[in-house]
Amino acid sequence: MITKRIIPCLDVRDGRVVKGVNFLGLSDVSSPVELARFYSENGADELVFYDITASAEGRALFTDILCETARRVFIPLTVGGGINTINDFDRVLKCGADKVSVNSGAIKNPLLIKEGAEKYGSQCVVLSVDIKRVDGVFRVFAKGGRENTGIEAISWIKRGVELGAGEIVVNSIDTDGVKGGFDIEMLDAVCNAVSVPVIASGGAGSREDFLTLFNTLPRVDAGLAASVFHFGQIKIPELKKYLAENGVSMRL
Amino acid sequence: MIAIIDYGVGNLFSLSSSLAALGIETVVTDDEKVIRGADKIILPGVGAFRDASEKLSEKGFDTLLKELAASGKPIMGICLGMQLLFDESYEFGRYKGLGLIRGSVKPIADVIGDGLKIPHIGWNLLEFPKNKEKSEIFKYINEGDCVYFVHSFYATDCDESVIATTSYGAPLTAAVASGNVYGCQFHPEKSGKVGLSIIKAFAEL
Repeated sequence: MITKRIIPCLDVRDGRVVKGVNFLGLSDVSSPVELARFYSENGADELVFYDITASAEGRALFTDILCETARRVFIPLTVGGGINTINDFDRVLKCGADKVSVNSGAIKNPLLIKEGAEKYGSQCVVLSVDIKRVDGVFRVFAKGGRENTGIEAISWIKRGVELGAGEIVVNSIDTDGVKGGFDIEMLDAVCNAVSVPVIASGGAGSREDFLTLFNTLPRVDAGLAASVFHFGQIKIPELKKYLAENGVSMRL
Repeated sequence: MIAIIDYGVGNLFSLSSSLAALGIETVVTDDEKVIRGADKIILPGVGAFRDASEKLSEKGFDTLLKELAASGKPIMGICLGMQLLFDESYEFGRYKGLGLIRGSVKPIADVIGDGLKIPHIGWNLLEFPKNKEKSEIFKYINEGDCVYFVHSFYATDCDESVIATTSYGAPLTAAVASGNVYGCQFHPEKSGKVGLSIIKAFAEL
């Protein structure tokens, strides 16, 4: 049976991993290449590189670092951040990325999803959505979660899949950073709406949160987190062993 | 030296990087002379069968691969490159493959049953057929090791050449071998240490 995926996410600005990292044994804890290698050798099933650079120089640097990572890390790599045109797809895929994650760029121009899927296949296009409850309705937020677009999230995700998105990352702004568990209600609503793989993001604080996620929502394919992995609060090999012991299918 | 055939289908950066990381001399090429001169050949591929098959023929690589396979040169097809080794594919029509391995390529939707997502994406376990010796290309890995899959079609009617299956609603062909011709449905270049070990074993044939 196919295994559930555990995915660390690395935010990269100007060539460095932001959000401090606290690992023993890494000579340079903010080097994306080193960190990616560390994770790939320590149980990560996939890596997400998120480019939060604003400048053109930073973007070029990000692309170089991506190439260097893909030269040395042999697990699937997803790249997001700053993907606004099909040229951005070309740029990161040429460097060895396997999937491209679109967010604000797709909100501005939904046909970007279609263009990416037609050129590279649906399996290559990930739609990442930042969602927050506003007056009881799931709304899509743009610009890193700062701007309410007013778009209803479930219909946006359905449209994204119709346009060709092959995977959905659901990032709950409501649970993000709280470390009180994933947003089960929101994820359930998304799983009921689409049949493509769904990746849960936002809220992981303990290994039990991952178990609750996969046990409550068997249709969720993967759990994504950043700081709990970077700070070593959750060690991926231990997490996967724990999940496997509790009946979740894992690659060990 | 291993030649990775570049026929304009998909991105070969990760594949060539994985061979480089293993210290294997590799060339990504569309030059017939270079391909002929290589010890071994990798046929990669992502995308649609028809398009890839046409591109292979346009460059005359179909005839070349058949000739080199017959001469005993080890060849490995990866993902769509594996599917191209078969007699035919039913991906959006019916198209002829290279015919180096007997069997056909059909939609996984035919066999996996309802409720499972398509494509089959992610890490899944390798199972080895009980009635055969473990393939040489798996000498460094074990049954139950996981590899990374991304596909919506699978090879079938090829029992005699199957060297590994994976379970996704039904047993799906994960790898095949027929004499000196090998194929992996999964991506060894994206399957971590397990995948690199398979590439290494192929390089050592």
